[in-house]
Amino acid sequence: MSQLHINNVSKHYGSHKALHDINIQIESGEFLVLIGPSGCGKSTLLNSIAGLDSISDGDICIGDRVVTHVSPKDRDIAMVFQSYALYPSMNVYKNIAFGLEMKKVPKEQIDNEVKRVATMLQIDHLLERKPAELSGGQRQRVAMGRALAREPAIYLFDEPLSNLDAKLRVQMRTEIKKLHQRLNATIVYVTHDQIEAMTLADRIAVMRDGHLQQLGTPADIYEDPCNMFVAGFMGSPAINFVPARVHQADNQAWGLELTDSAGETYFVELPNPPASIADWKERELIVGIRPEHISHNENVSTGGRWTMRNLIEVTEPTGPDTLVFTRLNNQEVTGRVGSEYPVHAGEYLTLSLDLSKAVFFDPETEERIR
Amino acid sequence: MPDTSLNLNRLFSRGLLYLVLLTFAAYFLMPLLVMLFASFKDLSEIRAGNLVMPPLDPTLEPWRKAWSEACTGIECNGIKGYFWNSFVITIPAVILSSAIGAINGYVLSKWRFKGSELFFFCLLVGCFIPFQAVLLPMAQTLGWMGISNSVVGLILVHTIYGIPFTTLFYRNYYVGLPTELISAAKLDGAGFFTTFWRIVLPLSGPIIVVTLIWQFTNIWNDFLFGVIYSGPDSKPVTVALNNLVNTSTGVKEYNVDMAAAIIAALPTIIVYVVSGKYFLRGLMAGAVKG
Repeated sequence: MSQLHINNVSKHYGSHKALHDINIQIESGEFLVLIGPSGCGKSTLLNSIAGLDSISDGDICIGDRVVTHVSPKDRDIAMVFQSYALYPSMNVYKNIAFGLEMKKVPKEQIDNEVKRVATMLQIDHLLERKPAELSGGQRQRVAMGRALAREPAIYLFDEPLSNLDAKLRVQMRTEIKKLHQRLNATIVYVTHDQIEAMTLADRIAVMRDGHLQQLGTPADIYEDPCNMFVAGFMGSPAINFVPARVHQADNQAWGLELTDSAGETYFVELPNPPASIADWKERELIVGIRPEHISHNENVSTGGRWTMRNLIEVTEPTGPDTLVFTRLNNQEVTGRVGSEYPVHAGEYLTLSLDLSKAVFFDPETEERIR
Repeated sequence: MPDTSLNLNRLFSRGLLYLVLLTFAAYFLMPLLVMLFASFKDLSEIRAGNLVMPPLDPTLEPWRKAWSEACTGIECNGIKGYFWNSFVITIPAVILSSAIGAINGYVLSKWRFKGSELFFFCLLVGCFIPFQAVLLPMAQTLGWMGISNSVVGLILVHTIYGIPFTTLFYRNYYVGLPTELISAAKLDGAGFFTTFWRIVLPLSGPIIVVTLIWQFTNIWNDFLFGVIYSGPDSKPVTVALNNLVNTSTGVKEYNVDMAAAIIAALPTIIVYVVSGKYFLRGLMAGAVKG
């Protein structure tokens, strides 16, 4: 009943196209994250769903209703803004009550609703305060309370955590997730933080320049990216892109030519080459391999690994593990080594590449080779 | 002893600074002081010369005369009637032009429409048109509307010519309000006027005060519109003051002239002193909000 359909939605500003033919179907109770770099159109799309921006083409449906030309207040949505947009002249109680008051809900009912929401968000002791007297985290809660009080079909979040400090952000992230599980609400959430996207989403929509790049579960997006942009955008530290020449061995096995930091080149067999590998015979493609798949030798247990003894140029301990920077095919790559292994910059370390987890891209189109 | 010389140096530059400031303050305050002194002297004392001397024998007579007896043309009832005229003209014109400017500014900053920038530009032109250029067409218009030579006509003229400035003030202030506030109100179901009344206006304190001071000062001090569009019963105090000073029946009473001038200037001075305080306070509150 509170599903959201975005059908062929486009948006132009004059000759500039902000959204290109976006299609996303969101199930009732689903948590969808829109992610992309600034200017990718994610906020425009969110505002279009809210009705704050008009769209040039296509349809938006909430539940069974086409709402493309319905005014924001009649769309049965609530939005949490990046700046929270709390009304500065009203206290917390009135901020939460305002939407209900506009709907002409009876006073007693408003009172109950405000108290219910305030208790749920643990802000019941702040009801008399003005927004200026609240901390960042408290304002964030009030902003969510304002959305919750309306019990809308769809919740829209526009980068709600980006104004909080790091610790609070993690805390509120968990709370939003809990809230989603408790309310079973349909949520569309905009962020540029890929960790937020991975941790919160049922599905992630990655956008760039007004185009939807890929729509899928966090695991899909992370492990099976459709192009170099998606692969590079998700994951921290970022995935390594290494150009490598494809070669077929005498035994018909396909493999890559890889050069270690000493300049020694090896033929490395691919455990599961993509189906179209034959097209790339003796040509260079881009290998995408995540830092956790370049690791200390004993860390990788599956087949398809290749070990090399490489010079470590820089190390960055993060706590649970240490990031190591070395060279592969004369390209700087990042690896991830458990912190129990002593690693020092300027020393050699045996690293192992798990090529069964690698993905391959066309260097021209940047599309995935499958 | 480098310390003492440094201190002496500082003392000297401080002293110089205060000397310059005091000189300028005296320079600017002198005319007001002369007016004030003269208004409490009787004529013989003024004729004796010394302008900057305080009155030896202070008297309220010139003030009483300016208020209720001095001649402004053929009538000799002082300026009190015109003083009230000025209030009757100024207060509605200030309120109307400020209110309309607020709505205009709200629309032009938060409810942009196709051509709103052009509309704003045209309004701004209104700020730069010399008022002399519109005297005749406005006289004609007032005639057609049947309100020439009346208080209502003057209120209308002042309201119209105040709107470009008040719109500019409010618009520039509202541009600084986060647009997300308006979006949030829209989603909450508040309409155009509800949003204005409940969300925007409570945040407008400082700019309301600025606009009120500006409009009050301008309209109260106006002479041009007052002298041209007023009838015998609707002259503002500025025009009456002019007539009083220019009426020559026998002796020139400088003390009465000065008292009348101070009376005419008093409301703007009071408005500035009283609301200037609120103005500052408003600015501070805005700064804390963050």
